[in-house]
Amino acid sequence: MRRLRWLVPTIYIVFLLLPIYWLVNMSFKTTNEILGGFSAWPQNFTIASYVEILTNPVWYNGYISSITYVVLNTVISVAVSLPAAYAFSRYRFLGDKHLFFWLLTNRMAPPAVFALPFYQLYSAIGLFDTPFAVALAHCLFNIPLAVWILEGFMSGVPKEIDETAYVDGYSFPHFFVRIFMPLIASGIGVTAFFCFMFSWVEMLLAKSLTAVAAKPIAAVMTRTASTSGYELGLLAAAGVLTIIPGALVIYFVRNYIAKGFALGRV
Amino acid sequence: MLELVNVSKRVGNEAHIDDISMRLERGTLNVLLGPTLAGKTTLMRLMAGLERPTSGDVRVDGASVLDVPVQRRNVAMVYQQFINYPSMTVYDNIASPLRLARIDAASIDRRVRRAAELLRLTPFLDRLPLSLSGGQQQRTALARAIVKDAGLVLLDEPLANLDYKLREELREELPKIFAESGAIYVYATTEPSEALLLGGNTATLSQGRLTQFGPTIDVYRRPVDLVTARTFSDPPMNVVHGTKAGHVLELEGGGRIPFPPELADIADAGYLIGFRAHHLSLTPSAPDSVALSARVNVVEITGSESFVHLDYAGQQWVMLAPGIHDFETGRIVDVHLDIHQLIIFDHTGRTVAGHERVAKVG
Repeated sequence: MRRLRWLVPTIYIVFLLLPIYWLVNMSFKTTNEILGGFSAWPQNFTIASYVEILTNPVWYNGYISSITYVVLNTVISVAVSLPAAYAFSRYRFLGDKHLFFWLLTNRMAPPAVFALPFYQLYSAIGLFDTPFAVALAHCLFNIPLAVWILEGFMSGVPKEIDETAYVDGYSFPHFFVRIFMPLIASGIGVTAFFCFMFSWVEMLLAKSLTAVAAKPIAAVMTRTASTSGYELGLLAAAGVLTIIPGALVIYFVRNYIAKGFALGRV
Repeated sequence: MLELVNVSKRVGNEAHIDDISMRLERGTLNVLLGPTLAGKTTLMRLMAGLERPTSGDVRVDGASVLDVPVQRRNVAMVYQQFINYPSMTVYDNIASPLRLARIDAASIDRRVRRAAELLRLTPFLDRLPLSLSGGQQQRTALARAIVKDAGLVLLDEPLANLDYKLREELREELPKIFAESGAIYVYATTEPSEALLLGGNTATLSQGRLTQFGPTIDVYRRPVDLVTARTFSDPPMNVVHGTKAGHVLELEGGGRIPFPPELADIADAGYLIGFRAHHLSLTPSAPDSVALSARVNVVEITGSESFVHLDYAGQQWVMLAPGIHDFETGRIVDVHLDIHQLIIFDHTGRTVAGHERVAKVG
């Protein structure tokens, strides 16, 4: 038994990594090779797919608009959630606990439910097909999450620090930026990460609320596949490039996330 | 001068502070003494302006400061927990109230270094607070409170979380530091011995009420009621019911002892008799001290002295006896009570007569 201990984790990791490897593998093949047969590594190694994506504006604009609304959303979510979480963490007011829980119930409905109202509302005020439309729509899910995570981190800071700062003469904004935010920096990092990830992987709202100008990469991928046949190599390469930002962000916040788990709020 | 005028603080139906009036003069050290939840911290927060009283007024030099925000009250506060700004160095921590007051850099530097010198923090000025020991962290917090030259310095059990040796050290230093400034110092503690060591004035608090306020030694010797006496006694004050009949005091449980002659002019009635642990002894402490038989419950030995917990006719007493004593549980011992140290309370707990006498030499 002892000697086989490595077996289960190895199988698990292979299962997890195999699709990713296959995606990378396909991205370096030509579409003909992908359709022609089954090979564990590229027979005619090519980076043509990547060159196509990085030089063709139809492709790289998809990335740019995706990143634009994701970053916008992350900034808005964190900026709005910081004061909200501070209020939940520090003040007692009528219905505070109910309101706090209600925030979370916003995450219980599938995004598709809101696609139609958002579509009509944003069309009415001219936000349709802009990165703002998607960024604001994603706030519906990300702000409750951000408030929850940040509240956990903030409640870990003794309120005596706030009071000491006021006694010392700090005004609230000065205290918040100069003393408080450095204390919950890891919480802000974790929150930004989760906002980034949810917004980055969410496709349905992103596709429904854009048409041409702010089309996200996920929409570009499906459209290209339908107009010019099945460009599987190109699609695979686009998929690989879609994974990279998430992987990078995870790498940078991996230590903070462990801390977030320890606080029981992630 | 800080004045509290009929200050009350209610949260829901609970009175955290119940109608407290007191007047603190400049250049004095005032100890707030009381058990946990007596309202010490709430009272300090009201003095600081971190909370607003439900009713009553807080006045500085005669003018109400209820509407002055805490940032402009010129107070400093040190908590039981070691509260510093973790993202700033010790130097920046100490300097921060001065920087907010827009004082020029040269005098900030001078004052920070002087405060650091006073609290022996000079070698740590470039370190972050969390990399220091608890004592050093608390000294940083104290330095930040002192450097500000605030008119009112609030210290909320500042030594409670420190280890024994550091407490002794800081406890010696604090009165010297206090003496240097003309500020009003308020020091909250749960320990009677700390109040006595610090001197100054003491206010005893119990369940949100101020029971007595005056020079520390007076409050200790002449508590106005049983609650104050209990608050200001560690180990707890021993109490026994007794009935005065002329020159005899009949104790509940059958003992008959002479009534202290100097208190003999009070009426014959039932009273509560209180005395402190060190007024019981194993050998007669005065020529006319009386012997009583009590059963030993348990003995706590601190080293130089022993706390002997006794059962006298159902009353739990504590005797402070010098040296190490090793009585087995259940043993009956003769204990001697110095009748001149008795404090007589009526059935409502008000002091009727008696106080702790000053020790005589020879």
